[in-house]
Amino acid sequence: MEPSPIIEVRDLWFSYNRNPVLKGVNLAINQGDFLAVIGPNGGGKTTLLKLMVGLLEPDRGAVSIFGEPPRNVVHRIGYVPQETAPDKRFPITVLDVVLTGRLQGGGGWRRFSEADRMLAREALERVEMWAFRNRRIGALSGGQRQRVFVARALVAEPEILFLDEAMAGVDQKGQTDFYAFLKELNQTVTIVLVSHDPFVVSTYIKSVACVSREVFFHEAPEITKDMLEMAYHCPVEMIAHGLPHRVLPKHSGDNND
Amino acid sequence: MIEALQLEFMRNALLAGFLVSIMCGVIGTFVVVNRIVFISGGIAHAAYGGVGLAFFLGISPMLGIVGFSLLVSMVMAAVSWKARHRADTIIGVLWALGMALGVILIDLTPGYNVDLMSYLFGSILTVPASDLWLMVGINGLVLITVGYFYHDFVALSYDEAFARVRGIPVKKLYFLLMALIALTVVMIIQIVGLILVIALLTIPPYIAEKFSGSLLRMMFFSILLNLFFASIGLWLSYSFNLTSGASIILVGGVCFFISYLFGHRRFEDRIPSANISGRD
Repeated sequence: MEPSPIIEVRDLWFSYNRNPVLKGVNLAINQGDFLAVIGPNGGGKTTLLKLMVGLLEPDRGAVSIFGEPPRNVVHRIGYVPQETAPDKRFPITVLDVVLTGRLQGGGGWRRFSEADRMLAREALERVEMWAFRNRRIGALSGGQRQRVFVARALVAEPEILFLDEAMAGVDQKGQTDFYAFLKELNQTVTIVLVSHDPFVVSTYIKSVACVSREVFFHEAPEITKDMLEMAYHCPVEMIAHGLPHRVLPKHSGDNND
Repeated sequence: MIEALQLEFMRNALLAGFLVSIMCGVIGTFVVVNRIVFISGGIAHAAYGGVGLAFFLGISPMLGIVGFSLLVSMVMAAVSWKARHRADTIIGVLWALGMALGVILIDLTPGYNVDLMSYLFGSILTVPASDLWLMVGINGLVLITVGYFYHDFVALSYDEAFARVRGIPVKKLYFLLMALIALTVVMIIQIVGLILVIALLTIPPYIAEKFSGSLLRMMFFSILLNLFFASIGLWLSYSFNLTSGASIILVGGVCFFISYLFGHRRFEDRIPSANISGRD
């Protein structure tokens, strides 16, 4: 049985200050997929993700999630933003950060129920950060903080999880553990992961989208020669050198400059 | 101090100081964590345009200053929302323009003889009972609004992008926060004057931030610090015949530097040692 796509991107155009970043992107993501969005810096990976979660509005075209605009389905998606410059002094505890993932907008006197607190506890236990619940978020290491942000996204019980460069600044061991965790999570949750590093993710993912203004979509966990050439503008052989063979099954050995 | 409290104006001054301390601690906390100190300063100074307008039109100065500050805060909210990092030039211009407008309008008002200095440096010792009631009202309004939207404001302040994806109406909340800042600034002007608003709004939260685990605690400690600054400042002002607003700020400034030099960061020191290999 062919599953129907839950995320559809149709002829999507986006530009920053008239510089086109994404040109005519089409993409369909099925339920249960684990998609890696890779590409060069400035190629539009993060922009594509922001368009998918509704943080940006496209110039042309549309994104639909579960057949609706992203804004209408906020309660069904989870988002782990790129950690750019976190305010390390911000006075907020780990538990309170995760609880913001349960917020429904619009004010109120009693915002968090016992059920919300139980879900926050479950989410923190799942990422093995419950013991840190009363710590200030700024006192954690980069990898620990990233796990808390994943818990904050998971606490809303999302059906799709969007992660943006979630592993920036995390050591190799931490990354491996984290991807293993995502793979397990993928049994119930569709995952869209932006990464600057295509090779680390290749053993965990199910499909790849390569973004460099346009999108090459591959419904298999492999990165083709075309993708790399298009995405990284450098000889494939250079990048392919350290690759496990399954990533480039049709890798030809004729490397003449 | 005890005999001073038998004077009605001293009782009113202390009461006004306490009322402003509360809203100042609450709103100052948001100002500090959102890094909108400059915008708050801009609103405070541009508020002088409201004073000028009120005298020119012959309406109540309080009405003029509240209305004008709210208007300016909405303009600044719109400007800073569009381009968070490039807004400071426009805010600086509005800052100066508001003040210039106030001065010109007062020039144009015949028979002007109101004490300008009371707006620049505050007039806590001449706060009339009617203003106290207005302060009670605005205090209540600010506290109820912040109480109702507390968690939304926390989410907006900590991670705006995430809050937006959660469906929290961040833009409306940002404009609401600006309006609350404008109301608070107008009240603080009564106490320390528009030139010193920034100090009272930022010193207590800055000190409190170091030993607070949440914004709520930060607000609470800021209020306590504000109460302390206001009472000691007023006592100094009464005992040594000094300008009251400046005395309050001086106490705050001294505490600020003491905390800056000796305050250690309790929470940031508690990184679990097991995860640190070696020392750094």
